[in-house]
Amino acid sequence: MWDYTDKVKEHFLNPRNVGEITDADAVGEVGSLACGDALKLFIKLDENKERIVDAKFQTFGCGSAIASSSALTEMVKGKTLDEALEITNQQIADFLGGLPEEKMHCSVMGQEALEAAIAKYRGVEAPAHGHGHDHVETEGELVCKCFGLTDVFLKKVIASNKLHTAEQVTHFTKAGGACGGCIPKIKELIAEVMGEEKKAAAEKPSKLTNLRKMQLIQETLENEVRPQLWADGGDLELIDIDGSTVQVAFRKACAGCASSGYTAKFVEQKLRELVSSDITVQEVQG
Amino acid sequence: MREIYLDNNATTKVDERVFEEMRPYFCELYGNPSSMHFFGGQVQKKVDEARARVASLLGALPDEIVFTACGTESDNAAIRSALEVFPEKRHIITSRVEHPAVLTQCRNLTKRGYRVTELNVDGNGQLDLNELEKALDDDTAIVSLMYANNETGVIFPIEEAARIVKKKGAIFHTDAVQAVGKIQLNMAESAIDMLSISGHKLHAPKGVGVLYVRRGTPFRPFLVGGHQERGRRAGTENTASIIAMGKACQLAEQYMADEAGRVRELRDRLERELTALIPNTRINGGGTDRLPNTLSIAMEFVEGEGILLLLSDKGICASSGSACTSGSLEPSHVLRAMGVPFTCAHGSIRFSLSRFTTDDDIDAVIKELPPIISRLREMSPFGREYLVQK
Repeated sequence: MWDYTDKVKEHFLNPRNVGEITDADAVGEVGSLACGDALKLFIKLDENKERIVDAKFQTFGCGSAIASSSALTEMVKGKTLDEALEITNQQIADFLGGLPEEKMHCSVMGQEALEAAIAKYRGVEAPAHGHGHDHVETEGELVCKCFGLTDVFLKKVIASNKLHTAEQVTHFTKAGGACGGCIPKIKELIAEVMGEEKKAAAEKPSKLTNLRKMQLIQETLENEVRPQLWADGGDLELIDIDGSTVQVAFRKACAGCASSGYTAKFVEQKLRELVSSDITVQEVQG
Repeated sequence: MREIYLDNNATTKVDERVFEEMRPYFCELYGNPSSMHFFGGQVQKKVDEARARVASLLGALPDEIVFTACGTESDNAAIRSALEVFPEKRHIITSRVEHPAVLTQCRNLTKRGYRVTELNVDGNGQLDLNELEKALDDDTAIVSLMYANNETGVIFPIEEAARIVKKKGAIFHTDAVQAVGKIQLNMAESAIDMLSISGHKLHAPKGVGVLYVRRGTPFRPFLVGGHQERGRRAGTENTASIIAMGKACQLAEQYMADEAGRVRELRDRLERELTALIPNTRINGGGTDRLPNTLSIAMEFVEGEGILLLLSDKGICASSGSACTSGSLEPSHVLRAMGVPFTCAHGSIRFSLSRFTTDDDIDAVIKELPPIISRLREMSPFGREYLVQK
């Protein structure tokens, strides 16, 4: 069972402001049935259209999704729209005494719904997130196809929550949580946002002794290349290393395979990426 | 608050008769069964008795019973053994709905060059034996298919599957953790080579399991060291738990003869009443043969964790196929493999009964669950648009 705070439990068991406002000034919707959580937020403004006087919600989701929605409606009351827009997902989580990291996406969903509602009220384009296949036109490149999340949205969440790992990004946004196909792209986004790209590039040794280069080639073949070939029933053997020329012989399913040229290119690309950019791979009969 | 425990496919209460049987083997009769002296010898006799009791439940021979630490160890040992027995074979067949003890291991083995075929299931969670037959080839070392599914209770046609596999010369293993003690098995008339059992699913403690290995099946041990379990599983025996397992199996034989019908009636009543009281439900696996104690019910437009938390608030313990209970983001792999729509998969709840389940327990769920679903649907942005509340 999740280690929910007493306040999360209290807001889940006795949620505040459940329902809809029929004459709402602003309505924001995020999420979908497929995603497993969705939130529809209703906002009512005062006569001068300055401050939020009422907020209600409808949520499909787990305990922390309901508690986050309840917390959000309490937090926005009495605020101007600009003040409400300053509420971060972390503040929603803090209001509840914290959420398990795996559930932080519930607080992000609250923040998204609020942004969507206010954008719609102001007649501007909805913020770029695309969360939940809600058919909102989104800016940016679609990164997570399963949950419909764009790079613009992900970069924003990475930056505002200082996320360092793909797993954290999944907990906060769901991106990468289904098929996992976008995880390499998420890592790139983290590197970009957190300024670690240069650091990562610096990790590839710039100058190698012959001995170290040969060691690295062998390690890369063993750890990075052969397991992938095994998965397809193939294999390779390292025959010789002469300067920057690496000779390999393909075995099992890879031997005589019509695509072995592509496989050799893949091996070369891996070695260039992880050892040295001047490596050439030659396929030989060994 | 009275505790109503309907999560017996997760774990069961240790039967007090089982506990009494194992109790002396901690502080009084603590000898090592491998010792030559009388003090160890008396424990050895009791372990032999437990082995005979397990064998009797399975319709097996005592020397076909290997005690392990858990169902997961039994599953792991069976698959690894088969791969060592046939080092030249690189193909494994399993199904998409297996327990992670099998599925995770098989998927990990693909990284070591093994080819794994995961058989599909239909909308009822049932296997297609033609697909199994087509998947088999001379490279297949082992086929591992569960006897009954832990989430839906769906029973696979395991005997037919085993016969198909044996014709091809591969080893056939079944994870029968959910089936043993609930439905009758008879290894004497079976084609199954290996079968896994877990103690804590049938009122023995956690930390003990069994791997049945048919006489004549080539076997390579997972744990090596001493000569315990006829060299098939080294390590000093967990004697108290093994003795408990023996007693639990003896009681399971009685239970199946005397009480299993009562539990099936309770399950059927629960299913009937909930389906009548809650609109827009479906029974996962309801169209095929199922364990008599398991009910997986999907309720549209609500999310499982919310249901579980509200049930828990009423003292009712159940389980869910929703993503949010596990920290994963996809609902249960079993329900997804069955093609259960997302609208239902997120709101699926499993009730699993045991010999200790009473009429009052079932009455409580029938009373408490419908208003919980109504409340969550009222709160949901989707429910009202599609549902006609009764």
